[in-house]
Amino acid sequence: MNKPTIKKITDLSPHRLIAPGTPTCAGCGALAGVHQIYDILGEKSIFVNGAGCMTLLATYPFTPFKGSWLYTAMACASAGAQGVRDALDILMEKKRRQSDEAMQVVVLTGDGSASGMGLSATSAAMDRQLDFICICYDNEGYGNTGHQYSRSTPYGAKTATSTKGFHGVKKDLFAIWAAHKPTYVATVTAAFPLDLAKKIEKASKMKGPRMFIMLAPCPPGWHFDPPHAVNMGKLAVNTGIWPLKEYIDGKVVHTLIPKKRVPVEAYLKSQGRFAPLFLPGNEGQIQAIQAHIDDYWALVPPS
Amino acid sequence: MRRRLLTGNQAAAWGARLSGMEYAPFFPITPQTEIMETLAGWIDRGELTGRLVTLDSEHSMVTAAGAAAATGVRVFTATSSQGLLHAMEMIYTVPGWRAPFVMVNVSRGIASPITLEPDHNDIMAARDSGFLQIHCATCQEVLDAILLAYRIAEHPRVRLPVLVNMDGFYLSFTREPVIIPDAALATRFVGAFTDDDTQFTPRTPTSLGVAVLGGTPYSYFRYQAHQASLNALEIFEESAEEFHTLFNRRPLLIEEFYSEDADIVFVMIGSFATKAKNAVMELRAEGWKIGLVRPCLLRPLPIHAIFKALTGKKGVAVIDQNLAAGRGGVLHGEITGALYGRPGAPPTITSFIGGLGGRDISGAEFREMAVVTHHAMERGETPPPRLLFTQAELASVRKMQATALGSHALPTKTQKGEGHE
Ligand SMILES: Cc1ncc(C[n+]2csc(CCOP(=O)(O)OP(=O)(O)O)c2C)c(N)n1
Ligand code: SF4
Ligand SMILES: [Mg+2]
Repeated sequence: MNKPTIKKITDLSPHRLIAPGTPTCAGCGALAGVHQIYDILGEKSIFVNGAGCMTLLATYPFTPFKGSWLYTAMACASAGAQGVRDALDILMEKKRRQSDEAMQVVVLTGDGSASGMGLSATSAAMDRQLDFICICYDNEGYGNTGHQYSRSTPYGAKTATSTKGFHGVKKDLFAIWAAHKPTYVATVTAAFPLDLAKKIEKASKMKGPRMFIMLAPCPPGWHFDPPHAVNMGKLAVNTGIWPLKEYIDGKVVHTLIPKKRVPVEAYLKSQGRFAPLFLPGNEGQIQAIQAHIDDYWALVPPS
Repeated sequence: MRRRLLTGNQAAAWGARLSGMEYAPFFPITPQTEIMETLAGWIDRGELTGRLVTLDSEHSMVTAAGAAAATGVRVFTATSSQGLLHAMEMIYTVPGWRAPFVMVNVSRGIASPITLEPDHNDIMAARDSGFLQIHCATCQEVLDAILLAYRIAEHPRVRLPVLVNMDGFYLSFTREPVIIPDAALATRFVGAFTDDDTQFTPRTPTSLGVAVLGGTPYSYFRYQAHQASLNALEIFEESAEEFHTLFNRRPLLIEEFYSEDADIVFVMIGSFATKAKNAVMELRAEGWKIGLVRPCLLRPLPIHAIFKALTGKKGVAVIDQNLAAGRGGVLHGEITGALYGRPGAPPTITSFIGGLGGRDISGAEFREMAVVTHHAMERGETPPPRLLFTQAELASVRKMQATALGSHALPTKTQKGEGHE
């Protein structure tokens, strides 16, 4: 039962469980990923959502989900998951529900929430070994409010509140989460559906906190045209700026090591948000970003 | 049925225990923590089955409470003061989930300045949230109110969370004789969570808390929660009647104390009303026709009961243990609003602020409030809200300031505009 069933791309379901017609932007990388995740987790799930773009997926009187949904607020989706999980467990213990009703409790939250006001609730959920899946779709900004910079915005990116380029450093949420020693932490992105599917399937068969950070290319926030969304994800992985990896049993393993990394400039150039980096005199900044990526990969053992 | 000496906090824990509480998300805060510790002790010793989980904050705690209640288990929680305010976003959110659970608030003043002692600004901040509110004046009432609260909260015509309020220290840490109802009777009274109450199953997938677009669906859901709250008036009466049959005590919508033949009536909520009762007895001994009305249910506001109790009175003195900065007393506005324009409404409704941060209200002050109200009735002119504070208190603050300043002491004489005798 615990054997993985997804090994190759043709093992993925061609059918989408989430109904079409949601109000996200064209080319939304977050929705693309949520589709893939839902196809695997299925409808025996409750998605507990924190404020962000995905909140509008369920807008009265419609929901695209076949399973359940609970919108909480910006800071407390993981606390909502705690309440639901505990209540479901109590109901099972008391046989007020049958075991075939086993449900996955899934938090769906943005990066702004996950790396800011939602961090406390999520950290505490990991401390308690809450049996849940947590998905942070990372569009690298406060998307729903018009893409201001969040603590997950990368260096140099223009946002509504960093018009000359963001001067902070992207917070390492993977390291922060892994420091809690949860059951599982992984990075994914929709442009690598097999990698994503394998990880979600693997996590779905585990117990305890199973944490995902999903790079979510965002056309209006990153300033690129919707048809290029998949390319953005591919470039992010192939330049090495978005490593695909997992933390399991105390170790970090990279699930895809680019054979030859594409220079990061290709990724930066493809998105209008990085325009400030290409102004005369800023060449050093691009080199610094490249050096940062190179330093990262220098420490990754070859697979 | 047993009679035991219990603090208000222990009475609250007993209320939760007898109600068949299954899940208790918690976060510590003085003066509430004893409730959580009492429940934790019982669970650890196997005297109570139930799951107690410490969340990272009250914001998370109320979220977990609402989520678990919505899923379908009986939830109990408690907080106080800064905790209630910290949770405020979710205090307004979970009634919209129509999640029935019970939360005790142990009233404590709110910062700034930070204090541990009681007043009602914390609970008043939750006044319009959609939670029902029951205000207690004795430890017995705390226990009884919790049983009653579950009955009302879970009623299909209500399905809203309930806040049961008691005053920090004055009730939370004061031992009073409390009758602990028979467990089987309590179970019979509260009833079981039914399967109809469970959500989020694969067979009954549910979407809750979803976004709406536009004012029409928004208003629809907001009005529904309001109407459910109003339904609670009838369910309260119905449940109180059955409570009386089973336990021989009747939970009250409002308490009327010597008010029937009174010309002047004090209106207060919470345990400080006990002080008003003493004052009523003293003033009556001197010939005053005076009484007290104490609303026990504040949300929904039992307007008809309040009107019935106060109609025909010449003067009403509302004593608020809270301060709406820039306005005066919250309860004063509530009472005035309930009475205004109705035939027989009292022509004079005076407003006093007292008991902030646990400050005592003396017998002499109750007398002064009666006198001020009497003068207002005679003159047909209502004075602005009056802040209870004595010259002696002002002098004591001046002394603290002088101590703090050392040789740079302020002049001790009263400055203009400060203090009333
Ligand atoms: C307490 C609170 N503060 C602010 C907001 C406004 N708000 C809604 S969504 C959002 C951005 C959330 O950013 P993120 O978590 O990254 O999700 P995204 O919008 O990018 O999908 C903000 C600031 C809110 N809903 N609640
Ligand atoms: S702003 Fe970005 S993340 Fe939000 S819906 Fe649009 S594309 Fe998706
Ligand atoms: Mg975001």
